[in-house]
Amino acid sequence: MSTMSFISSSIGKKVAMSLSAFFLISFLLLHVAINLLSVVSAEMYNEASHFMGTNPIIQLVMQPILIFGVLFHFTMGFVLEFQNKSARPIKYEMKNEKGNSSWISRNMIYSGLVILAFLGLHFYDFWIPEIKYKYIEFQAPDEHRYFAELVHKFEDPMRVGFYAISFILLMMHLLHGFQSAFQSLGVNNKFTPGIKKMAWAFSVAVPLAFVFIALFHHLRH
Amino acid sequence: MDLKLKIWRQKNAAAKGKIVDYDISEVSSDMSFLEMLDVLNRELTEKGDEPVSFDHDCREGICGSCSLQINGRPHGPDGGTTTCQLHMRKFKNGDSIVIEPFRAKAFPIVKDLIIDRSAFDRVQHAGAFISVNTSGNTQDANSTPINKGNADHAFDAASCIGCGACVAACKNASAMLFVSAKVSQYALLPQGQVEREMRVTDMVSQMDEEGFGACTNTGACEAECPKGISITNIARMNREFIGSNLKS
Repeated sequence: MSTMSFISSSIGKKVAMSLSAFFLISFLLLHVAINLLSVVSAEMYNEASHFMGTNPIIQLVMQPILIFGVLFHFTMGFVLEFQNKSARPIKYEMKNEKGNSSWISRNMIYSGLVILAFLGLHFYDFWIPEIKYKYIEFQAPDEHRYFAELVHKFEDPMRVGFYAISFILLMMHLLHGFQSAFQSLGVNNKFTPGIKKMAWAFSVAVPLAFVFIALFHHLRH
Repeated sequence: MDLKLKIWRQKNAAAKGKIVDYDISEVSSDMSFLEMLDVLNRELTEKGDEPVSFDHDCREGICGSCSLQINGRPHGPDGGTTTCQLHMRKFKNGDSIVIEPFRAKAFPIVKDLIIDRSAFDRVQHAGAFISVNTSGNTQDANSTPINKGNADHAFDAASCIGCGACVAACKNASAMLFVSAKVSQYALLPQGQVEREMRVTDMVSQMDEEGFGACTNTGACEAECPKGISITNIARMNREFIGSNLKS
């Protein structure tokens, strides 16, 4: 079977979704670790951000891979949702799904759409100004600007509110998605209970850490 | 007990269907759900109306013929049972019961509550078999040692009756629980090794061709399966499929 045939199969699409999910989850871990530095020390946060923002491997290799990963995960998610919806063209008169599955697992597309909207705001807030600063206006590198920019963004309570809601939705998305990605890759064995606990802890802790960082800077400054 | 039934009526595959209300009285709590429908059909026939068509055969929970989405759940509210094993004692006097066919693009409606599940047959024909020489020199099955764990898992997978409740329950109308049970029962046994890689690719390919959706791991299929088939079989099928593609 060719790579294209594999990707176009129902299992191949799920495998691709899982692999892109694991990549995005690893990025999320790195992102929250750097953001948490802003709570500890402005200097350390500036240093880490400057490294991430100027290192050529991160900027020219990892960043395009990340953007591709995000676009791939969302596009594949929409393709699967469309195909899955078309597998039942006539809906049931009565549904009773509460007894057999969780709301979160049935509504991944909606939590995903909120995350997509959040990413739009996040790109508008951070990524686009960063690209403009470095690659359009060619301003001189300033390794002390990152912390001030972060604090400034969290001054607006509306932004902090939307930020918090988005991360709650991310938590819900991860609560099903993280452990589900293992199942899609064929991992369901004696380690599965442990994997589920680890995935649950990650899915709750990481989004809450992001919300904590936003609230910390909003209330402190 | 007296009940209000809301039943999907559809003259044929091409006709537009609709829910029709029926009142039925003096239903015994000892009746099975299908016997209750038999009573309704007798009343309809006596009145000169068209009886409700529905699938059934063994009425013992073995054949996988009966289906029915009852109050939004495949095979009704009782766990681990088929519709034919569901008893009216699970309902109360005055209850309203919505009865629909299992719905999926791959399971077109033939008439009323009867659906065409031949898509499952085609998926099985694609790979759910083993090559055995039966020309008089077949080996005794006991001459091939099989470890107990694999034998038990294969037996559990083989208990799938192919009723389609997994498809009916899944929000994506995915058939992966059914297909994975068939893949597993052979993949776990020595007799199934010859066609192992071909089997999973061909069956998944046929499953996709039939128009079933993809699995999103909600677990609804496992929860509603009357035979308790586990989604560990889906993980095994995913492993088999990935492995088969890596080797080819």
